Amino acid sequence: MKRTIAFAVLAGLAATLFAAEVLVKGSDTMLNLTQRLAEAFSAVQPDISVSITGGGSGVGINAITNGECDIANASREIKSKEISTARANGVNPVGIVIAIDGLSVIVSEKNSVEKLTPEQIGAIYRGEIKNWNQVGGPNKKISLYGRQPSSGTFVFFRDAVVKGEYSVAMRQMNGNAQIIEALKTDEGGIGYVGVGYLREATGVKAVAVRNAKGEYVSPLDEKKVEAGLYPLTRPLYQYTSGKPKGNARKFIEFELSPKGQEIVKQEGFFPVTSDYQEHNKAALGK
Amino acid sequence: MKLRKVADKLVQIVFLVNAVLAALVLFGILAYLLLFGVRTFAGTSLGGFLFGTRWNPDAYGEPSYGLVPLLAGSFFTTVLALVISIPLGIAGAVFIAERLKGKARTLVKTVVELFAGFPSVVIGFFGLVVVGPFIARLFNVPSGLNLLNAGVLLAFMALPTIISVSDDALRVVPQSYREAAYALGATPWTTATRVTLPAAKSGILAAVMLGFGRAIGETMAVLMVAGNAPVIPRSLFDPVRTITATIAVELGETPFHTTHFYALFALGLVLFLIALGTNLIAESLIRREKRSFTL
Repeated sequence: MKRTIAFAVLAGLAATLFAAEVLVKGSDTMLNLTQRLAEAFSAVQPDISVSITGGGSGVGINAITNGECDIANASREIKSKEISTARANGVNPVGIVIAIDGLSVIVSEKNSVEKLTPEQIGAIYRGEIKNWNQVGGPNKKISLYGRQPSSGTFVFFRDAVVKGEYSVAMRQMNGNAQIIEALKTDEGGIGYVGVGYLREATGVKAVAVRNAKGEYVSPLDEKKVEAGLYPLTRPLYQYTSGKPKGNARKFIEFELSPKGQEIVKQEGFFPVTSDYQEHNKAALGK
Repeated sequence: MKLRKVADKLVQIVFLVNAVLAALVLFGILAYLLLFGVRTFAGTSLGGFLFGTRWNPDAYGEPSYGLVPLLAGSFFTTVLALVISIPLGIAGAVFIAERLKGKARTLVKTVVELFAGFPSVVIGFFGLVVVGPFIARLFNVPSGLNLLNAGVLLAFMALPTIISVSDDALRVVPQSYREAAYALGATPWTTATRVTLPAAKSGILAAVMLGFGRAIGETMAVLMVAGNAPVIPRSLFDPVRTITATIAVELGETPFHTTHFYALFALGLVLFLIALGTNLIAESLIRREKRSFTL
């Protein structure tokens, strides 16, 4: 009996050691999405296991540079500094866009503010606007929630919206879920999360953001986001060392397949748009 | 006879090798911290690091590497934790050592020591979903992710250490001391405060120092509940960022061999110096206070 158990344990160990494994690391925003994609993938390809960890886009890109993973999830584009560090390490990062995110600015559902301009959001996060009544809301102090610096969302939001330094008073949270958790109890709070995290969130709401045409668009308005009318959309990348090869490529091709893109939609994100499909074709070398 | 001598020698050698190895590893770590830490000052000034009030390495514009807000964060959370946990911990230890007997004592002590083994991420989660909202409601502040929350959680984590080590210190105070006190007509309260506690002073000091070490080095729970804004707190309800949290959050994403990367090692060096300083102080205090009693 004991021997059978020991044998089973050994066999199990051997199986995990020798099974083809794809290691994915990085963006917290993409964590749930890629987890779901990996589950669906393992149903079609049971011999390849995909394991996914978070940590933030910067962590993922660092890991691919140091050869610690096969695919880096990144909710922002790789920085030129990171590319040169990677090249110095003999790694040539190639990015594939697997989904589109409508980065959502969220507030407590008890807050009467329904819409904001990108300029207002920027001023709020720079700490210039301190009270909700300055943007047509209640007389309540604004408390800021953002992400930690290793987050791609932190960088994307800073460069695209804040366009300056974040206020030092911003609480830096370690994930989308933590921001939502904090906003549930903070009626004066404002935060930002990937649209995929809004699907099941309660107690918070996304504000509509004004686009270049002067139209206020909600990140939950699928048609308008897919038409490129929501101003805070961003591509979600997966970076590999060189063009994707082997099992990593199989996984990425599955993600881009109609079935994979269906899961992207189910998870609340948006499928890859035609211009990024072109980009992917080039990156995959088709 | 000869065999025993050989075995003795062998054991001696094993211990010597281990001791040398431990010392080497320690010096290696220190050398590594120093080697990388000092390179920070090729990219930023020493004054700017020591006295700068802004920590913003991932800046939109010019990065800054000011230690002050992080040091303040670590200092205030630790002090708050000790303010809460020292009186509670010593009182708890006196109660367990002096008043509890037999099975009750074993049970309580086991439970206390069980708490010491709680994973900090679980405590952090508890702070995030229970303590945080509770603090926010109780004090009517917008968010419970602040200095107070971090201090309370750290106190909770330092308590088992303080209780357990203080209890051990109280237990080794010879029974004859207590008997003498009782013979003079002292109440249990007076006996504890005037006789047993002073006699166990050095052990209790060690307990407090261990608690301090636990509090200043703790990372995960604080990272989850302190709000992580690198500001110098002006009230208990301001968010803070500790040195450990900063290293934990930023080291993973920082490209190797950049000023930011080295600055994180400099932070590690600061933590090391704090730990070394407190240990030296504790050591000298204990040595000064040490009164031997025969057991």
